[in-house]
Amino acid sequence: MSANWLLSRRAFAGGLASLLLARAAHAQGFAGLGSEASGFTEVLPGRPLSFPADHGAHPDFRIEWWYLTANLTDEHGQPLGLQWTLFRQAMAPGGEDSGWSSRQMWMAHAAVTRAGSHHSAERFARGGIGQAAVTATPFNAHLDNWQLRGSEATSAASLAPLDVSAAGADFSYALKLRTERPVVLQGDRGYSKKSERGQASYYYSQPYFEAEGSVTLGGRTSAVRGHAWMDREWSSQPLASDQTGWDWFSLHLSSGDKLMLFRLRHSDGRHYFAGNWIGNDGHSTPLPADGIELTPTTETMIGERRVPTSWRIAIPGRGVALTSTPLNANSWMTTRFPYWEGPITVAGSHAGNGYLEMTGYNANGG
Amino acid sequence: MLRVLLSHWQRHPLQLATLLIGLIAATALWSGVQALNQQARTSYDRAAAALGGSRTAMLESRSGDSFAQSLFVELRRAGWPVSPLLEGRVQVGGRTLRLLGIEPLSMPIEAGTAPGITGGELQNFLTPPGQALLAPDTLNELKASAGAVLTTDAERALPPLTPQPELVPGVLVVDIGIAQHLLNKPDQLSKLLIGSADHGPRAELRSVVGDQLRYVAADDATDLERLTDSFHLNLTAFGLLSFLVGLFIVNSAIGLAFEQRRPMLRTLRACGASAAELNAVLITELLLLSLIGGLIGLIGGYFIAAALLPDVAATLRGLYGAQLPGQLSLRPSWWFAGLAISVIGALSASTASLLKASRLPVLTAAQPRAWQDAQQRWLLLQGGAALALALVGALLVWLGDSLTTGFAVLATILLGAALGLPAVLGVLLRLGERLTRRPVATWFWADSRLQLSGLSLALMALLLALGVNVGVGTMVQSFSRTFNVWLDGRLAAEVYVSAADEAQAAEIKALLRDRPQVQAVLPGVRAEVKLDGWPTDLLGFADHATYRDNWPLLQATTNSWDRLAAGDGVMVSEQLARRMKLKLGDRLQVPTPTGTWPLDIVAIYADYGNPRGQLGVGIDALVAHFPGIAQTRFGLRVAPEAVPALVSELRDRFHLDNRSLADQSLVKTESKRIFNRTFAVTNALNAFTLGIAGVALFTSLLTLSQSRLPQLAPLWALGLTRRKLALLELGKTMAMALITALLALPLGLLVAWCLIAVVNVKAFGWRLPFAVFPAELAQLLAVALLAALLAALLPIIKLLRTQPAQLVKVFADER
Repeated sequence: MSANWLLSRRAFAGGLASLLLARAAHAQGFAGLGSEASGFTEVLPGRPLSFPADHGAHPDFRIEWWYLTANLTDEHGQPLGLQWTLFRQAMAPGGEDSGWSSRQMWMAHAAVTRAGSHHSAERFARGGIGQAAVTATPFNAHLDNWQLRGSEATSAASLAPLDVSAAGADFSYALKLRTERPVVLQGDRGYSKKSERGQASYYYSQPYFEAEGSVTLGGRTSAVRGHAWMDREWSSQPLASDQTGWDWFSLHLSSGDKLMLFRLRHSDGRHYFAGNWIGNDGHSTPLPADGIELTPTTETMIGERRVPTSWRIAIPGRGVALTSTPLNANSWMTTRFPYWEGPITVAGSHAGNGYLEMTGYNANGG
Repeated sequence: MLRVLLSHWQRHPLQLATLLIGLIAATALWSGVQALNQQARTSYDRAAAALGGSRTAMLESRSGDSFAQSLFVELRRAGWPVSPLLEGRVQVGGRTLRLLGIEPLSMPIEAGTAPGITGGELQNFLTPPGQALLAPDTLNELKASAGAVLTTDAERALPPLTPQPELVPGVLVVDIGIAQHLLNKPDQLSKLLIGSADHGPRAELRSVVGDQLRYVAADDATDLERLTDSFHLNLTAFGLLSFLVGLFIVNSAIGLAFEQRRPMLRTLRACGASAAELNAVLITELLLLSLIGGLIGLIGGYFIAAALLPDVAATLRGLYGAQLPGQLSLRPSWWFAGLAISVIGALSASTASLLKASRLPVLTAAQPRAWQDAQQRWLLLQGGAALALALVGALLVWLGDSLTTGFAVLATILLGAALGLPAVLGVLLRLGERLTRRPVATWFWADSRLQLSGLSLALMALLLALGVNVGVGTMVQSFSRTFNVWLDGRLAAEVYVSAADEAQAAEIKALLRDRPQVQAVLPGVRAEVKLDGWPTDLLGFADHATYRDNWPLLQATTNSWDRLAAGDGVMVSEQLARRMKLKLGDRLQVPTPTGTWPLDIVAIYADYGNPRGQLGVGIDALVAHFPGIAQTRFGLRVAPEAVPALVSELRDRFHLDNRSLADQSLVKTESKRIFNRTFAVTNALNAFTLGIAGVALFTSLLTLSQSRLPQLAPLWALGLTRRKLALLELGKTMAMALITALLALPLGLLVAWCLIAVVNVKAFGWRLPFAVFPAELAQLLAVALLAALLAALLPIIKLLRTQPAQLVKVFADER
């Protein structure tokens, strides 16, 4: 009977995640949901993002996330990565309601990855009662005792400084995030297209966080430092029905440049590519779709799934030719909706590190 | 070889029928009782594993009342993996249902037996109008169909009903927000379930919620299991008894068949079959028969269980509040266990015969005389065993202290009596023989003695069945007499009121002050504690003559009511006193929200039928130790003739239902009804046992009648008419049945004493005054004789219809 229950939670997460993370099995559902989405606010080009308001939640949009990844080293110089993610989904249009009648659902993921181990955890909550919420001023995003929190000193332009913390059965962490540099708008001034047919989201990032704090694994606490990247995205209708999953890169290059790349896989093999080059000066330039080459080189079997964990990345127009290697090829998130998310290093034309997220790799190879 | 052996049954179909009836009866009753027990246990397990059941650790407020929802959020934010639960009761169409409000996202996986919310249905459960999950049984009871929208008696609409087979009956599961609305408890929770999954570090409980909540550890054995244990042991004991009676029949049938097949076996041996081969074939035959008998018995068992289930369910609900589904659902293991017990029973019942067959000498002819000698030795052996058992029983009474020893005493008494019966009958018959001079009379006694070995098993069965009947009947009678007197003392107030809240209670009291026909308003407060892990209620008594004059005290100190009013004395229910080995003058430490409360025991009172412990204390002291406890109940002393008018006035004015407003006579009727149903199951099993004993007697007489002609033919030849002979035969049967029944009376009284003084005390914690009911005994005696008459009738008619030629033929066949 508890298996039944597990199933239901998986189904819930699936329902939530299918919107967030594009699952082939739910592809059929999108059409139906698409028509239902009429009550939600549409993502249109030309809407200027405004801070700090847009750091907070947008309950009139269907989905939204606060996505933080960090590439760190401990006091012995050993690399590790961590993830802190909060997802919001509205079950029905109509904005915010207080109490149990709130339509807002929250899901959070946290993970710590070392070369030899990967730890992950997840939480669920309903909105309206204070168990999970995101407020813009002062910035505070939380679900249970996992939080990403600002203070009086937090600037609207940079969304820093912040404190982030989370804990699972076998890990916990607490970091301070600092930067003076403003957030970077992705796509066309924050309007990020997700297909040729108009699917889009609002999208900005803060790729410049300097991170410092402690990570506890198996009862041992290490002092860690490094850099972190936060993605903020919200939408009402992000993916086309034939999009089966994505491969997403966020890279810190040794030149000081930052690079965001993604490939939305289409069931017919004509994938949708997009990316942004964020120069050392903070200037963000969208990359042309035909100027991005992403080629899997090594596949790892994770259970029944075949997951491409090493890649060749080329942007000929910018003289970029990289190979990416995972810190831990088994960075598998064993959450109700499972996916691959872990720290990587790149070498070739540039050195650097970053994070890779891959969804939609099902047991049948989809 | 198997065919040769089986041909015997073809020639003796009645013997086969006897054997099968024995097997079927044994298996049916045993497996029927097992099915009932299994059904009950499964539902306890489900109730415990369900939401808010004791299998999950949880946090509760110290007073047991609801608490603010903000505590849930604070605990979650401090790392506690808690999930909110709101419990309450709603009335739907006059039926009271337990309402559970849950929060499915945070609910611990291990607590989630109830809502099988799958796929997109989670969204349906959470978003308006939501869903009210309930067991299909409950849906039927409400006479509603899936998707129906019902309104509670408090005029609030339930979400559409959605049946869920996993749910226990009588429960409605809705989303927490909907439950808060239905129960009118906005932002209130009654429990926080704690998941067992590791959520990492959490803050100390006290630092988050202070003293507001207390931790309740997960419990493997549920309260229900503890409370109902003795009830199920009772059922099992009766099942076992019937099983043994059935095996008696099997044993006698197989023994007889073996004796009759002796020449056949010898011939087979002489033809070259080895003893081992022969035994293997005999065992195969037995397995075959026991499988057939077992299978039919299982089907019978299913029907018995299905027939008894409503009574068992009503008893468990009335007495223990346990909810049983009305439909039997049996696991495959039940079928296997039933067949296995049939086979094992048949094998063990025929061990003696099989042993004899394996040792059968090839060349010895039939030795009737030697066999009788052996019977004599066997009789002595049986008598010895009976004496030994009686001794063991006495020892157990002396030393034993548990319910199991109580039943062991019962078993030794019954088994000892059964084994001793042939010896006692033998002695009595020999005595009869000595006392007569006339030849026919002498033959009557002597021939009865000869028949004894063939009938003894059936008579034993009759003795056991009658003994148990007398015993149980006496106990039930004693009980109902005591219970009625006790109930009058307990329910001294004429009307009982339970207001919805304190405000309503105040309104009702204000109204009653203006009613001259109300002589007194007796406030009653009830709190719950655990003593020694046992759920115990604390009752607060007002200092009033109603209690002083009527409350049924078993033992008391002289100033007990004064000590109660003073707040340092406590009255203890009999079962609690026995359980905790308390006596007058002992000091009891009662845990309360304001600390431990030391109380001196000033009285012990009878509390029949209550599986929980109970304490009586002064009401003012109780309220002082449980601050904030609801004071919404009271009893009213009213002139009896004014009761109906007052009840209907209160009902109309305050919208009180039958749960909240009861006049004493109604409560009494209901209590008596519950008690009668408690024993309905016992009575039914009793009747079954008696029926089987009757069948055993009938089949034994029938088998015997076939071998009786050689004994009767000489008497016929000597000039006795067939009519006279038939009367003599009937007289013999009736004489033996009468002697057996008369012997069963003292045995039954012994059984009753054992039930009242040992088993009841251990099982329920109370002891009844023992009384003998001669009318009942006479009635049973008549029933026994009637059964014997019916059993003897067919063989006698057969004898009457025997053709003279057949009787003559006996002499022609004489070897």
